[in-house]
Amino acid sequence: MSRLHLLVLTGLLAALGLSLAAYKLLVLGFPLKPESQTEVWRIEVHASFEASGAPVKAAIKLPVQTGYATIVEQGFSARGYGVTTERAEANRRAVYAKREAQGRQDLYYRVLIDIGRAGGAPEEGAPTARAPAFRADALPAAQALVDAAQAESADARTLAATLVKRLLAAQPGDSAAYLLGRDPSPGRIVAVAVDLLRLANTPARIVNGLPLHLERRDARFTRWLEVYDGRRWFAVFPTETSRPKQRLLLPWWRGPGPLVELEGGSALATVVTVTRSYELGVRAAVAQQRAQEKKLIEFSLFGLPLQSQALFRTLLVIPLGVFLLVVLRNVVGFKTFGTFMPVLIALAFRQTGLAAGIVFFIIVLALGLAVRLYVERLKLLLVPRLGAVLIVVVGLIAGLTIVTHRMGLDVGLSVGLFPMVILTMTIERMTVTWEERGAAEALQQAAGSLLVAAVCFLIISHATVEHLFFVFPELLLVLLAATLLLGRYTGYRVLEVLRFRVLAK
Amino acid sequence: MSGFLATARTLHARGVLGINRRNADYTLVYNPRNRYPLVDDKALTKTLAAKHGVAVPELYAMVEIDRQIRDLPRQLAAREEFVVKPARGSQGDGILVVTGRAPDGYRTIDGHVVSEEAFAFHVSNILSGIFSLGGATDKALIEYRVRFAPVFDAVTYRGVPDLRIIVFLGVPVMAMVRLPTRRSGGRANLHQGAIGAGIDLARGETLTAVLGNSVVETHPDTGARVPGIAIPHWQRMLEIAARSYELTGLGYQGIDIVLDRDLGPLVLELNARPGLAIQIANRAGLRHRLEAVLRDGVKAKDPDARVAYAREKFAAA
Repeated sequence: MSRLHLLVLTGLLAALGLSLAAYKLLVLGFPLKPESQTEVWRIEVHASFEASGAPVKAAIKLPVQTGYATIVEQGFSARGYGVTTERAEANRRAVYAKREAQGRQDLYYRVLIDIGRAGGAPEEGAPTARAPAFRADALPAAQALVDAAQAESADARTLAATLVKRLLAAQPGDSAAYLLGRDPSPGRIVAVAVDLLRLANTPARIVNGLPLHLERRDARFTRWLEVYDGRRWFAVFPTETSRPKQRLLLPWWRGPGPLVELEGGSALATVVTVTRSYELGVRAAVAQQRAQEKKLIEFSLFGLPLQSQALFRTLLVIPLGVFLLVVLRNVVGFKTFGTFMPVLIALAFRQTGLAAGIVFFIIVLALGLAVRLYVERLKLLLVPRLGAVLIVVVGLIAGLTIVTHRMGLDVGLSVGLFPMVILTMTIERMTVTWEERGAAEALQQAAGSLLVAAVCFLIISHATVEHLFFVFPELLLVLLAATLLLGRYTGYRVLEVLRFRVLAK
Repeated sequence: MSGFLATARTLHARGVLGINRRNADYTLVYNPRNRYPLVDDKALTKTLAAKHGVAVPELYAMVEIDRQIRDLPRQLAAREEFVVKPARGSQGDGILVVTGRAPDGYRTIDGHVVSEEAFAFHVSNILSGIFSLGGATDKALIEYRVRFAPVFDAVTYRGVPDLRIIVFLGVPVMAMVRLPTRRSGGRANLHQGAIGAGIDLARGETLTAVLGNSVVETHPDTGARVPGIAIPHWQRMLEIAARSYELTGLGYQGIDIVLDRDLGPLVLELNARPGLAIQIANRAGLRHRLEAVLRDGVKAKDPDARVAYAREKFAAA
């Protein structure tokens, strides 16, 4: 009795998934919706390097508590390492040490930052003036620049702003350009400006910080300077673009040094991940639970490193896309090129955005199709022909990226994430359909595929949907049950009713 | 929306079979997967049919690897007319009908001339699996070109008209004749623009026809009336269809038959997933007939009894 079997199976799966989700929702108090207002961010620093048997000492600088960012919680993890925190000059840092390390080493520092909650900023005393670090031959140029800027400014803040402006406007041959050297990056400008301010006996320091307005898997630090006007520190930004809303910039460490310093290892790589924290509600819930239930949480996706969490946030919506595809094909009756092609295109749309994604898809498909229809004349065998089209597709994507980047559209950079093999197979199938069934049928199927991809995208990229599947991954069981049930859907497809409607007259 | 649901309900009441139900309730249930290769590979079907004494178009040559293509001109030197088809093709894709020689190549049914080189490329494409189900590598068959009987001359634009009979558990349940048009390029495929005319199983006479998804009375190119044509050898065709169940073991299949003017009915191919447009051609649903076959336990009877059952039971209204 396969029908009863299926009903029991799907019933069990759905009941299991729903009751697990209900338990987490009602008993553990997991949030049902993403906290869009959350100002809590999880940041993870992951340093990896190769060790060669010698003692290893690695120091990771820690973020500073400020008036608008509170460190809620922080954690250090590294297998077999002892971790101590210490003060070093203006910064705090965590020192990871191990007597003997061999092979690849991974160190983690995780911190939960609440920029909504005002924490008490540590009282900072008046800074001690520090000597600038100019070489003797650069001193006259520096002094000239400081004198000129001092004449145009009234206090420490305007002096700093004027110096930065002059350094930004450096022309080849003038004293500003001489001081900046051959590498006038914003970071270098900040460093020189700090030295110039110190030369003018104005306390100043370099600040490295992290922008907290976008989720990033590989976040980059920006650098600005702070100047002391006699009562408190003020931030001065080298360029307008490096200045998002100031409260979304998390100051991390001061001074020109790097984030991670390493002794006894090589090939150091540091990845910083920034994500909005969806687990504040979860953490509050967990805090009240017994130890056994805490384990349940530790074995959930929240227990994974941040990088993997970000990956799973994408992975877990794929099943939903697949389910949608099943509905659109078997219940609605859409024809698409390739079974799962629209889902993969929808995933690519998550990186490019919908409008840009559709434009890129159409351009690559149209150009690829033109090349493929031309290649048809050369009478090539199947596999070399597919290979040739794949090479052309890769070339097209590279070309498109360059063109859009030159046009100042950064969205073009993500076009490289389009699934190239899928695009190639789509072009090949579309050509065969074009030749066999005519252009109308081919275009119709291409439009159908694109439509299905767009619908999938709109649903799987919805913030609430993504949150639901990440916080309640057991919903996959419900999805599986629904997909199994659809496997026995024997009713008409929507488009079929239209096709057979003449029989209903 | 309510109009849509009403249409769906009417279709269901009239027993129109949808693709989901065809797959879930018939092909998945009555077609054992290990039998599919018998019909998916036309070379296998041919040998099988010949072994059971069912007439098929004669096989002139078979190409299995690319280097055999070089020998083709020599093998075909004596043949004026022939058909090239993929062994595992579907829906008539990849079929090339050659009707004669031209100074620089072959003349095809639709009047084009295909150069020796383009011909070799076509065969090579067949081998690489372009036209095959699932894209697997394939064989190319070169066989007798059917000289069709004149019965459908008035309603055919070039090409070969063929008959499709749906057979359920050995009982012919529905039939149609597919007539090539100018739009279908001489091919007897409904989705390529051929017209399909239903057949009254009892009398062996054509009913109204369908072009695309709409009902027509006349052939779009010749203007001749389609309904009312009596099909020769009808009893013989139904017998071939009924026996095809024992041949393949597939409970739900479509059998494609052509009528040669000298050789009579020849089986072109069998299909384990026959399309559903036949319902439009007959203006009748399949499901009630399939359910009747199950209800009446016809499966147990011998082929002749099954044919008799079909002719009595499935007469056009």
